[in-house]
Amino acid sequence: MTEPNRAGSLRVVVDLNRCQGYAQCCYAAPEQFALRGHEILFYDPMPPAEKRAEVVRAVQACPVRAISVDVEGLDPRAAF
Amino acid sequence: MSAAEAGIFVVGASLAGLRGAEALRRQGYAGPLTLVGDEPHLPYDRPPLSKHVLSGELDADGTALPHLVALDAQWRLGSKAVGLDRVAKRLRLASGDELAYDRLLIATGAQARPWPATDGPLPSGIHTLRGRDDAAALRSALAVGPNRVLIIGGGLIGCEAASSCRDLGLPVTVADPNPTPLARVLGSSIGAVITERMQAAGVDFRAGTQVEGFEADAAGRVCKARFAKGGEIETNLVIVALGATRDTAWLEAAGLMADETGLACDGACRALDARGRPAPGIYAAGDVARTPIPLYGGRSLAFEHWGNATAQAGHAARNMLAAEDDQREYHHLPSFWSSQFGVNIKCVGLAEGADTVAVVQGSRAAHRFLAVYGREGRTIAAVSFDEARWLPAYAERIEAGAAFPPILGATDQSIKDTGPPGFPEPRSR
Ligand SMILES: Cc1cc2nc3c(=O)[nH]c(=O)nc-3n(C[C@H](O)[C@H](O)[C@H](O)COP(=O)(O)OP(=O)(O)OC[C@H]3O[C@@H](n4cnc5c(N)ncnc54)[C@H](O)[C@@H]3O)c2cc1C
Ligand code: SF4
Repeated sequence: MTEPNRAGSLRVVVDLNRCQGYAQCCYAAPEQFALRGHEILFYDPMPPAEKRAEVVRAVQACPVRAISVDVEGLDPRAAF
Repeated sequence: MSAAEAGIFVVGASLAGLRGAEALRRQGYAGPLTLVGDEPHLPYDRPPLSKHVLSGELDADGTALPHLVALDAQWRLGSKAVGLDRVAKRLRLASGDELAYDRLLIATGAQARPWPATDGPLPSGIHTLRGRDDAAALRSALAVGPNRVLIIGGGLIGCEAASSCRDLGLPVTVADPNPTPLARVLGSSIGAVITERMQAAGVDFRAGTQVEGFEADAAGRVCKARFAKGGEIETNLVIVALGATRDTAWLEAAGLMADETGLACDGACRALDARGRPAPGIYAAGDVARTPIPLYGGRSLAFEHWGNATAQAGHAARNMLAAEDDQREYHHLPSFWSSQFGVNIKCVGLAEGADTVAVVQGSRAAHRFLAVYGREGRTIAAVSFDEARWLPAYAERIEAGAAFPPILGATDQSIKDTGPPGFPEPRSR
């Protein structure tokens, strides 16, 4: 199976229907989330594992709970 | 193996398949679970492909979707389902393997509509964009520095691709038969704002223009495209963005009601057999599923939206585990977002079929506004351009079937700009 050489990555997705562009995630994890223009949220869907604490902070900071990350303790490679 | 031991199979391992499988586990299903996916990749997110992946900010293999629960599932990736025997309850894979199943969630999504078949082989350099391998191929082709990128079709993906190609500084032409981009989704009255954004970004937008065919150079690579109304354009990279079709051919012998518009389902997301009765134990969700939508008079609709794939997968999973007399209807307010040319676009409801559109916040001239669509005196949809914070209030009005234009007490709305939305005639198939 051709899975990326990204063993150490987290996986993150933002529900951009739900996102209101309030930018709290950008304060919580500025390297992972950034607001472009007036309200386009740009984020890294596969940040390095050592950023987990920041990403989790962003998840918790989001007022509309739009951010999801891999369930804790799940090895992203364990899916097979 | 008995059917019960075989457990639940999810066919299609992308957004709807993954979220459906997770919902099954969340709601207590503890039996065997298998995900069958044509692509060799674990589920990944498609929206970034036409945006940050094309523009080079994310890698094509950098958008894997998070797993929200421990699935404890069998993955059969790189396996295409090619046949379904509902009587024997067996699924046939391209490898020739036949697998027994007990219940089925069909989430095979959609494919990019290819350039219509011509007599000869197509020149090289003509791309479509649906999956991450497509995005990777396009990225490499863009990196070579094409003399001009021709994008055929000014729908959501065509426009996003145009925006990304301009971010790369490449010359871009978008050809579309309608007067403006996004005419089918939002109407040309709102689409005209995208024409302006395109012009400001340096995109050559050709309205009312259909591409008729291509010419290849000696190496068999596209070098020109011909327009139906006469004239041609030099290009060595073409992106065909003509929307999506559903490849349901593998269901042909299964006796289900399926064609390129999707797999027909009842309101509970149960697949319908050829006579229109729900097929026991077979559900569908995501882009492939065509379900009656109560909010729009029970019209049977298939969406191509991220939000529908997640919501419908959860709903189908719930019904799959529920008793026969506890099958709940799927109530859905369609919604999508897009970002292109620096604008965040969000839409709720189904604008198509509206007879009036009114700008209720901001202005089109400023490219920052919220517009509401009405049909026969009712509010049916709303779209925001960089004005998302007002949208939830309008979503509520749409779900409530409010009169058009809706009155919102707390906002300082005043209707400045109202008129026909300018939707093209429905496509004749
Ligand atoms: C480039 C792009 C940009 C997008 N941007 C946005 C956006 O900004 N906003 C938005 O709301 N939506 C967007 N969408 C739409 C959104 O991505 C889709 O609605 C969503 O992916 C649908 O999920 P799905 O799981 O139903 O189908 P898909 O994601 O299409 O997945 C179906 C899966 O099933 C597999 N499959 C098909 N046939 C078989 C078979 N016979 N056997 C086994 N496996 C099979 C396919 O290989 C695929 O992996 C975009 C889509 C694309 C392509
Ligand atoms: S905190 Fe949530 S709502 Fe705000 S920008 Fe981030 S994802 Fe969007």
